[in-house]
Amino acid sequence: MDFLPYLWFIVIAVLWIGYLTLEGFDFGVGMLYTTVSKNPKERRVALNTIGPHWDGNEVWLLTAGGATFAAFPEWYATMFSGMYLALFLILVLLIVRICAIEWRGKINDINWRKRWDLAHTVCAWLVSFLWGVAFANLVQGMKIEVLEITNPATQTYEIVSPEAFEAATNTAAYTHHLTGGFFSLLTPFTLLGGLVTLSLFLTHGAVFMALKTAGDFQVRVEKLAARLSIGSLLITAVWAIWAQLAYASGFWSWIPLAIAAVCLVLTALWAQKGDELKAFIANFIAIAAAVAFIFTAMFPNVMKSSIDPAYSLTIEQASATGPTQIIMSVASLILVPIIIGYSIWSYKVFSKRIHVDNIPDDPSGLSRGTKKPLANEVSVQ
Amino acid sequence: MEALDLARWQFGITTVYHFILVPLTIGLAPLVAIMQTKWLRSGEEKWMKLAEFFGKILIINFALGVATGIVQEFQFGMNWSEYSRFVGDIFGAPLAFEALMAFFLESTFLGLWVFGKGRMSAKLNTLCIWMVAIGVNISAYFILCANSFMQHPVGAVYNEETGRAELDGVGGFLEVLTNNTAIAATSHTITAAFLVAGTLVAGIGTWWMVRSTKKNIAGQPEMWRSAARFGFVTILISAAGVGLTGHFQGQLMYEQQPMKMASAEAQCHNEEGAPLSILAIGDFTNDCENVTRIIDVPWVTSFMATNHFTGPESEVAGVEDVQAFYQEKYADQFGEDYDYRPNLVVTYYSFRAMIGPIIFPVILALAGLWFTRKEKIWDSSGWAKYALFAIPMPFIASSFGWIFTEMGRQPWVVAPNPTGVEDVLLLTDYGVSQTTSPAMVLTTLIGFTVLYAILGVVWFLLVRRYTLEGIDLTTEKAPAPDDENQPLSFVY
Repeated sequence: MDFLPYLWFIVIAVLWIGYLTLEGFDFGVGMLYTTVSKNPKERRVALNTIGPHWDGNEVWLLTAGGATFAAFPEWYATMFSGMYLALFLILVLLIVRICAIEWRGKINDINWRKRWDLAHTVCAWLVSFLWGVAFANLVQGMKIEVLEITNPATQTYEIVSPEAFEAATNTAAYTHHLTGGFFSLLTPFTLLGGLVTLSLFLTHGAVFMALKTAGDFQVRVEKLAARLSIGSLLITAVWAIWAQLAYASGFWSWIPLAIAAVCLVLTALWAQKGDELKAFIANFIAIAAAVAFIFTAMFPNVMKSSIDPAYSLTIEQASATGPTQIIMSVASLILVPIIIGYSIWSYKVFSKRIHVDNIPDDPSGLSRGTKKPLANEVSVQ
Repeated sequence: MEALDLARWQFGITTVYHFILVPLTIGLAPLVAIMQTKWLRSGEEKWMKLAEFFGKILIINFALGVATGIVQEFQFGMNWSEYSRFVGDIFGAPLAFEALMAFFLESTFLGLWVFGKGRMSAKLNTLCIWMVAIGVNISAYFILCANSFMQHPVGAVYNEETGRAELDGVGGFLEVLTNNTAIAATSHTITAAFLVAGTLVAGIGTWWMVRSTKKNIAGQPEMWRSAARFGFVTILISAAGVGLTGHFQGQLMYEQQPMKMASAEAQCHNEEGAPLSILAIGDFTNDCENVTRIIDVPWVTSFMATNHFTGPESEVAGVEDVQAFYQEKYADQFGEDYDYRPNLVVTYYSFRAMIGPIIFPVILALAGLWFTRKEKIWDSSGWAKYALFAIPMPFIASSFGWIFTEMGRQPWVVAPNPTGVEDVLLLTDYGVSQTTSPAMVLTTLIGFTVLYAILGVVWFLLVRRYTLEGIDLTTEKAPAPDDENQPLSFVY
């Protein structure tokens, strides 16, 4: 049963691929929709392209989190307690973004909408950047150490030397911890990683809007996508080659890197031609390959230590027991095809392009201030 | 304060806040589904209008529920990483199941329901809201399986080599899913959720019935009367369910966590024919000898716990006796002086705050059914105000229900008990993240609290605003079958 941890390493990668390829485009739309629209109606065109989908896309994140908790408790515990403030920032941004999307149209008032639009856009930019920083940290390695907790109740611990840890087989007393704090996560390499996700999502969002809209608006976002695709190609190329040469541990990561490179070139080519369906698929695969690159680059570790390789948390060390992973495998085998099935159906239901004319003239939501009287309302003497 | 205390406050605040929103979603989604089904089957326009109206409140609420739910999932890793290491093998699986089986279903079909009106047949659209309703209830079940493992650990073994709890083979997971604590907690929580949602529907229905009668708005009093009566019936059925399931859950709790129930009654010593305390005062600073019991109902606690009023079989445990038992049992592990008593004030009063408020919706439902019998319209302004006053009551009750359940389990995060796996246990002190500083936890505590407060105000104002707006019967907006160029029926 020793292959199960490795299977689950792949499953976790697949869940993150699902999250970043899908939510990537609605982050992209979120970053762009206020600037690319010429009037309020166009903003609503842009928002309605992601309307039925963003919530389902976000569930990939929850699944990735839950699956990591179950299949790799040590990874879950070490990563999220270690990236404490970074994760807090991400959570706050995600919360505000959800409320901004859902509540924007609930009150018919220019200022109300403007405020939520601003909140949405700011959140989309920052969170797209932060995901890149987080993943670049996984590739680069973090300040991971092995600690011996001497008194859990008072949070006292001693750092175990790499030699002592290698000699020990007992993991009851020794656990991995990220001890560097928030600012240790920010390095030139990880910040550039942030720009990578940012630029990839921008392109992804622009291409997605081009695919889902019609008319003037579509022509405009198509041009924008053509320009953005060149930018994301260049930034990603620089970062990926840096990552491969400086941090990747083996030859295998060249393969997803090459696939990502080819797909990004194709995205750019097709975006120039205005073939948005092909461009979207190419960019989709490029993001998927980039995530695959990150996971192959850190293999066989789930958390690389930049302090000492002996401190790195390996797949096997992080893994849950066999029974948990067997149950989860069976569940995924049955449920994931069903989920993919109804998700594809939902994209098919909303496959029609949205034109400005499809948007009603009256903004949605309730009027601000005093309520207008109901039509049949008669005052009683 | 130490990181531990701050982390506990953070967990409490974010969880209670999240759980204000969740029961409404769990209960309201099926109620909206029923309304839309009534419209589909009878063709009566009023049910579609009501489904749309309560559907909007559902969406406003759902958004914040989802948003705050994300925090819940990652908080275990952030603040309680040692706990996560200890039980991840078992506890993580139901969370992953929840996402796979429920979250995808809810989110995808909510999108299809909201945006799909006019793009699919009315039947298919109704099926979508039913999928949402099923999803939220599956969600409740899995999260309660996870929580019930902390109350009553089953299906696990303690591995001395790794120092962790592990799943007891594949069958262990089945035990986690069929944990009697989980079954009791799920039925209790879901009936409570229906009570929350039913009271909202009944409260708004009653208030609008009176308002539209006074304003003489054509067609409205009849429509709101239907909504109100629908709510009244929901209240009565679910309140009976809450009582019944609460009773079963209580009996399990006496068996599994005697300390929790003893604290809820502020009962110091093992007693036969123990009375039920209605009210007690005094210095509760965790010394139950200082508590003065003011109103007692004889034998009732014993009967509730054991089905016996008197005699040796009616004996129920007391705080001090359980404390002495634990101190002896765990002397080697945690020292001889460890205090195993939960906070008495919180446990005692939250138990009463869980049960007491339920009387208000029940009164509303009984009065409402009487005054609206035989097609009568109810137009009493006093009752209209009372109906609004009743709305928050089940919210309060369910929040305190959680506070009681979780605080009563302290100082354990995984509580050992006679019928569970005895050596799978963890003190809350030992579950906290080791390398997060108090300053960091304080930062996020303040961050979440302030953010939640702001969003909570907006949530409340939106729900209030939509309630005040009511339903406009003059505009025709029935979902039309697929038409190529019609404007989208629902747009941001």
